[in-house]
Amino acid sequence: MTELLAATRYEDWILHALIWLPLAGAAHVVASSRERAKLVAFGWSVLVFGLSLGLWWAYDPGDGGFAMVSSATWIEPWGVGYSLGLDGISIFMVLLTTLTSALAILGSFEYVKTRRRAFYSLMLLLQTGVVGFFLATDVFLFYVFFELTLVPMYFIVGIWGGERRIYAAVKFFLYTAVGSLLMLVAILYVYFASDTGSFAYDAFLHAELSLREQLWLFAAFALAFGIKVPIFPFHTWLPDAHVEAPTPGSVILASVLLKMGTYGFVRFALPFFPDAAQHPAVVSVMLALGVVGIIYAAWVAAVQPDAKKLVAYTSVAHMGFVVIGIFALTLNGLQGGMVVMISHGVSTGALFLLLGMMYERRHTRRIEDFGGIGRVAPLFATAFVVTALASIGLPGTSGFVGEFLALLGTFERYPIHAILAASGVVFAAYYMLPMVQRILFNKLDKPENRAFAELSRREIAVLGPLLALMIWIGVHPTPLLERMEPSLLVVLEQVEGGGAAAGADPIVSAAPSIGAEWGNPAD
Amino acid sequence: MLLDYSSSLHYVLALLPEAVLAVFGMWVLLAGVSRRRSGGLGKETGWLALAGLLVAGVANGWLYSGVAEGGTAAMIAVDRLRLFANWVFILGAGFAIVIALPYVARQRLQAGEYYSLVLFATVGMMVMAASRDLMLIFLGLELMSIAVYALAGYNRRDRRSAEAGLKYFLLGAFASAFLLFGIALLYGAAGSTNLHAISEALSAGAAVEGLLGPGLALLTIGLAFKVSAVPFHMWTPDVYEGAPTPATAFMAAAVKAGAFVVLLRIFATGLDALHADWSGILWWVSALTMVFGNLVALVQSSVKRMLAYSSIAHGGYLLVAIVAANETAAAGLLFYLLVYTVMTIAAFAVVVSVGNQGESGNRIEDYQGLGARRPVLSICMTIVLLALAGFPGTAGFIAKYHLLLGAAEASLWKLAVILALTTVVSYWYYLRVAWYMWMRDAPAEGRPTGYVITPFATRVALVVSVALLVLAGIFPGAALEMAENAIRGIMYVAPQAGAAGL
Repeated sequence: MTELLAATRYEDWILHALIWLPLAGAAHVVASSRERAKLVAFGWSVLVFGLSLGLWWAYDPGDGGFAMVSSATWIEPWGVGYSLGLDGISIFMVLLTTLTSALAILGSFEYVKTRRRAFYSLMLLLQTGVVGFFLATDVFLFYVFFELTLVPMYFIVGIWGGERRIYAAVKFFLYTAVGSLLMLVAILYVYFASDTGSFAYDAFLHAELSLREQLWLFAAFALAFGIKVPIFPFHTWLPDAHVEAPTPGSVILASVLLKMGTYGFVRFALPFFPDAAQHPAVVSVMLALGVVGIIYAAWVAAVQPDAKKLVAYTSVAHMGFVVIGIFALTLNGLQGGMVVMISHGVSTGALFLLLGMMYERRHTRRIEDFGGIGRVAPLFATAFVVTALASIGLPGTSGFVGEFLALLGTFERYPIHAILAASGVVFAAYYMLPMVQRILFNKLDKPENRAFAELSRREIAVLGPLLALMIWIGVHPTPLLERMEPSLLVVLEQVEGGGAAAGADPIVSAAPSIGAEWGNPAD
Repeated sequence: MLLDYSSSLHYVLALLPEAVLAVFGMWVLLAGVSRRRSGGLGKETGWLALAGLLVAGVANGWLYSGVAEGGTAAMIAVDRLRLFANWVFILGAGFAIVIALPYVARQRLQAGEYYSLVLFATVGMMVMAASRDLMLIFLGLELMSIAVYALAGYNRRDRRSAEAGLKYFLLGAFASAFLLFGIALLYGAAGSTNLHAISEALSAGAAVEGLLGPGLALLTIGLAFKVSAVPFHMWTPDVYEGAPTPATAFMAAAVKAGAFVVLLRIFATGLDALHADWSGILWWVSALTMVFGNLVALVQSSVKRMLAYSSIAHGGYLLVAIVAANETAAAGLLFYLLVYTVMTIAAFAVVVSVGNQGESGNRIEDYQGLGARRPVLSICMTIVLLALAGFPGTAGFIAKYHLLLGAAEASLWKLAVILALTTVVSYWYYLRVAWYMWMRDAPAEGRPTGYVITPFATRVALVVSVALLVLAGIFPGAALEMAENAIRGIMYVAPQAGAAGL
């Protein structure tokens, strides 16, 4: 495999292809006929996914720095580059994106009946934005892609969504925009502070900032990413967006868009502002918000009558585990956070797909309208149970690995937070299992449910890969962990090495980051 | 060739684009009169006016590419700042005429006079941008203003248009008086109306202190009126709403651009030594303009009026560049004006189309379900709205980012944050048009939906502007470089803004 990839000079073109092929696909979809639009879109997304699979073999963890780097000048007067790179953190995000995009498109064949060309081209456009965000190693470029994801999602929710779709779409857009525009000002501040006239990732790493400056700038970045994650109390847009979005929109939103927030913390906010990230006040606030998010969201989820809203709140809880894992600043915590991100992408994506299938069959999402589905659709029920258990974090599923590692990493430093957060796992069973029971088991007392159709072959094809991943990651996570470890160690080193001035006199500027030792990817 | 004004021919050459355009203005006027006798609709006069703009553009290109000037103190500037601004004016006037063609014909307005007024107003702007002397600036400003007063009240049969014309004229005349009084006091203080001489007198400390303050204040008020900065913006929404839509487009885009170029010329080159005195006032004017313009735009139910308030808000963003007063900000201002002109006129092109080439479809409800009825028009409008909102992928983002860069270089962090937050506010009202177009179904039976009339010329103009906006949003290099060249060496002294820090 490796030789084959080397023979095609895979490393030279793959990152560009992953970003721009979906855009070409979007253009193709617009040009194709109404009936063929979905097949064209699916074809392109499968092509992109197939190409992206090669990353798994082509990426060599090595020292954890950026691989497959390429850099070109984009806007010369401002020192903006079109620079891409891949490391052990972004590789998983990219693979998750290409996989879920293809599955979400396949899963929307029956759901989306109007304006198909517009829908599928927006889905592919969204993929361009997301993949570009994960691969950008230029801060300006990253910002452009970050914002670029908003527009397609706004229209996907607003045009194909439910009753209150416009409210949800605008809320989603404005919440994200508030954070990102303030982050833009912060980016400019670092740009001038670094005094290199460049927006390259490395230039930003080496900007000398006092603790006071770092705290302000960190706040701006944390607001942008915190809204995106979403961290309690900025989560209120999420249930609205999830409930109103069409199934494929919810899948992409949960699987990929939320990860942009946590990825942003790991990639940008922490390494850029190490002193702020280690500041006791910041750490305690972030950990507390993470823990509150886990417990609060679990309780709120438990009382939702709408299955989709319930799952939306579980997203908030799961992302809480990621937040505490990241801010514990231990290797276990970071690895756990990463695995939760992947696992949540897979399991929650699958849950939304399953709910979408339920909605297509019964045109309702209220839990009480179902009951006894397990008897009429055993395959569906099996998939549902496995996914729900993975979402709860049962040992042997992906959810367990992630949450366990995140809790372990947090416990090393902050045992009380870890213990409180661990209660969230119990609550997860408390909200998820009754839903499973009321939908799948109980009595088959509603005549409409007797006609509940079994999974079609297309639906099996959608769910199959996700179920396989849940089990595979749960049983054998080592290939993932060993690929992400070096890069996460680099992040830890950047944060802790750069944190010499933490707690010191705020006027004294920070010592240069240890990150200076890290090889310049542009070399 | 080198223009050193050693012979009188040099004066003619230095003012060649203006002279050409003025001649065309009179020609169009005469052609209009003879056409009306023969009973035509007068579209030919519009094309003639466009030809005039083209010739003026060629003359401008000649000055741009092959002419140098003898010094930096002459009354008429032949510098890149002026010539870049001329491109913006010519572009703005050209687009405004293209979208006016069907409107003027359909509303049976007198065509020849309309287009010649547009040309004369453009000449006025070009004179303003070309002058390094306060008197000449005033001359250009009045030439522009009087033509625009007439354009605002051009549709005599429409009460709101007449009201707009009268309101604009009375308040505008008042503002001109302020401006003239300010110029007089500055002359008294510095002993000259030449900006270069004023700048030198100020930095040498030779100015009369007592007259400077009032002069500066009156001058600022007069100019703030022209750029419709808060609190001198009251006329803008009524005038913009009442005037015929193509005239509104011209006012919102080109007239505003002209006023800002003059503002930059006066404050950044003539009164640069007083930066500490005026930057504080303009800081507040800018902040208030951004906040007020955006907040009031939120509640507008007419798209035309919403765009009027949004143009006030854009003025606020542009004022940030004046306050920052460094080369980055000034280049940003020019780039923004270029982009702003294109996107404003494109937005109004859609408004004219949805308004049935009249004033009948300007409410936001008239945009309901437009996406299904007119997909291409709606896609264009969506992109233009995203550009107006300053969204990445469009030139609007690059332009707004450029302003932020200038503000950041001057350490104006609070102003930068206000700009960022008010931009979020603006997302709401721009997105609102988008959601009416795409996310609501067309109104059911019982509510007549008017025709949407988009003639071929308007379509071409719209598609060209959208293409420009996207292209400059992705590859802004060439235009950025032009804007930077236009600014290089303009400012006599680069003012040092206080490093505020966080």
